[in-house]
Amino acid sequence: MYYEQSRTYLRTPQSGVVLDPRRYLSVVDRVICKYGADRSKLINMLQEIQREFQHLPRQALEMLSVKLGISLSEIINVATFYHQFRLEPVGVYVIQVCFGTTCYLKGSSEIYESMRKVLGLRERENTARDGTITIEKARCFGCCSLAPVIMVTSSDGSERYVHGRLNVSEGKRVVLDYRSKALMKLKGLKNE
Amino acid sequence: MSEALELGSGTRKISELIVRVPLASCTLAAGASKVLESIEKALGKLGLEARIKKTGCMGLCYLDPWIELESRGLPPTIYANVKPEQAEGIIRRYVEGDLSGALAVRSEASGFKGVPTLNSLPEWRLQVRYVSRNCGFIDPESIEDYLRTGGYSGLKKALKLGREEVIEIVRKSGLRGRGGAGFPTWYKWRVAYEQRSDVKYVICNGDEGDPGAFMNRLLAESDPHRVLEGLIIAGYAIGASRGYIFVRAEKPLMADRLEVAVRQARDYGFLGEKILGTDFSFDVEVYRSAGAFVCGEETALIAAIEGRSRPRQRPPYPATSGLWGKPTVINNVETLAHVATIFQTGLDEFTKYGTERSKGTKMFCVTGSVRKTGVYEVPIGTKIRTLVYELAGGPPDGRSVKAVQVGGPSGGCIPADLLDLELDYETLQSYGAIMGSGGLVVIDNTNCMVDVAKYFITFTLAESCGKCLPCRVGVKVLGDILEKVASGTATLEDLELLRELGESIMRSSLCALGGTAPNPVLSTLRYFKNEYEEHVVMRRCPAKVCSRLVTYEIDPARCRGCGQCAKNCPVSAISGQPGKAFKIDTSRCTKCGQCLIICPFGAVVKG
Repeated sequence: MYYEQSRTYLRTPQSGVVLDPRRYLSVVDRVICKYGADRSKLINMLQEIQREFQHLPRQALEMLSVKLGISLSEIINVATFYHQFRLEPVGVYVIQVCFGTTCYLKGSSEIYESMRKVLGLRERENTARDGTITIEKARCFGCCSLAPVIMVTSSDGSERYVHGRLNVSEGKRVVLDYRSKALMKLKGLKNE
Repeated sequence: MSEALELGSGTRKISELIVRVPLASCTLAAGASKVLESIEKALGKLGLEARIKKTGCMGLCYLDPWIELESRGLPPTIYANVKPEQAEGIIRRYVEGDLSGALAVRSEASGFKGVPTLNSLPEWRLQVRYVSRNCGFIDPESIEDYLRTGGYSGLKKALKLGREEVIEIVRKSGLRGRGGAGFPTWYKWRVAYEQRSDVKYVICNGDEGDPGAFMNRLLAESDPHRVLEGLIIAGYAIGASRGYIFVRAEKPLMADRLEVAVRQARDYGFLGEKILGTDFSFDVEVYRSAGAFVCGEETALIAAIEGRSRPRQRPPYPATSGLWGKPTVINNVETLAHVATIFQTGLDEFTKYGTERSKGTKMFCVTGSVRKTGVYEVPIGTKIRTLVYELAGGPPDGRSVKAVQVGGPSGGCIPADLLDLELDYETLQSYGAIMGSGGLVVIDNTNCMVDVAKYFITFTLAESCGKCLPCRVGVKVLGDILEKVASGTATLEDLELLRELGESIMRSSLCALGGTAPNPVLSTLRYFKNEYEEHVVMRRCPAKVCSRLVTYEIDPARCRGCGQCAKNCPVSAISGQPGKAFKIDTSRCTKCGQCLIICPFGAVVKG
């Protein structure tokens, strides 16, 4: 429900790490340089911003709205309409559980619920509090012969895995595997 | 179609062994890239010189990942469900002339009687591979491969004709849009052609948002030039100067392959200024959409390219006022591939298939409860039963088909006793479904029809753009009533309300999304009224799916007494001693289903 999503987005302060404003500005400037201050290229611009931050940070969208001379709500209108855009920061790995018809009929909603349970996610929460895993519902991946399917992507987009023909207990195992992988990564970052 | 022979003696050495590995999204998901790696390693280890050919997917998904080996003196042989560690053994045996473990050979060869030919398999024999003829055979990133199979000869023929003649050929073919509604393709072209405008556009709609339909992705990933050739012909016919191919960013490989195809076509002079020496100039851009189901709708798709969202009122139709207010023709991926093939192979080859009112073939994705999930191309008018049982192999052991869902979230359910219906636009519509993009999901006796309806309504509700009231609020109310049915709190009047409300949403919605959204509810209500009534009156879900209407029990034989269920039960309805079988107190149980999810041994069962 995109309108609920946009309402909470506009009301609540930005969650997650807030970066130096110059970081947002430089990305927004680069995007405007590439596409020009052209309202019709808004979707391409948002795609580029998301590629940089893995989600659409509020600060960046505010800058974009000033530069394009359109209101923030108009940008959020477009951003919440399309599936690709995320308004919240994501974990190290994003697990997308396919909710296509075939996967659903073969039990993907149970797998989804059990994965959330393993991570201890509360209602309306999609990312584990330790920042390791984000769990999302996804539209059909088009590999229905492997149903039920999940796709795991690292938030920087460098890794992508598909796991097929899952059941509840395998699903739980997969989540725990990625969580320990993600914890290693986070630890590595801290040590650097 | 033996390519090694065509290449002649000059290239004998490299054509000694050809290994075809399918690299499409579906086969990659099944592990084709690991198989490719192991093949490369195996070839090095065996000291064999071979040409590895990266092809697209042939649509027999249950075989993924498959490979095909071809060599002189040996029949081209397909191996199914190849695991990386098997690659070496398969190749070694093949070059020694031992075809054991193979699925099929592509063509009959003497001396190899043990292995069936591809044509003896019903899932291949019953197909008419018309638009999908190259899928899984040629390298999608090679324009030479496409040219060798007669590619772009259709465009050359079309450019020699006048624009009106091109439209006339499409009219004679009787080609109808393969994206859903089955609107005659020529008619859109004619209207756009007659508009007086210096700028016109053609758009290839590759949005394909239906869950369970992926024939467009498969076609564009496996034979992208065919789609592009169709788009160029469409551009020529209406006098457009620019074309867009609209693809979801979630389908990166499809977009990449189409982009490669556009670049190659430009290099070969099939795109750009003065194409093939005529005064027709045309160029194409691949547009990566951010993904929304409603973008399959023409006006919403145009809005997306313009950087906005949401559909608008029609008329004016895009053919008179579309992208940037200019005449615009929007055709589906498969439709355009048909256009290219019609011009390549002639009208008769196309019109000999299909029914009186709908000519040609159509690709169908058969998924769900079947043994052989896949994309099958069959003549329009083929019986649903043939597709489900003969091609896709029917449901697995112990299950029976209850219904077939046709056309995705906008379509409907056809019950098992109507499986002898023929798949064409009018028949399906009169039985409450639509052809849609051609996704068939087989539903078996373990699935609940109320749950299926609820699934589709949840989908449409999330996808509703919120612009018009009937869709935004009406679909929400449909969902609420279905929830009541599924939890056993509905009354029989609610079922009547479902039908009435569904019908008014269809009449009053702005675009096709709302106009078809109630279809899954109405069709299940029409054919499975008993099941709805059982939920309402008996408060029972016969398929044991709706969690509020089943009871939960612990199977003492499987319970190991770990106590996880008791710990996680929100109402403390589970009790027991560690190490012994636990018990659920049904009077306190709220049927939330948490214990079923949490149990590591599968000891919680629904009764």
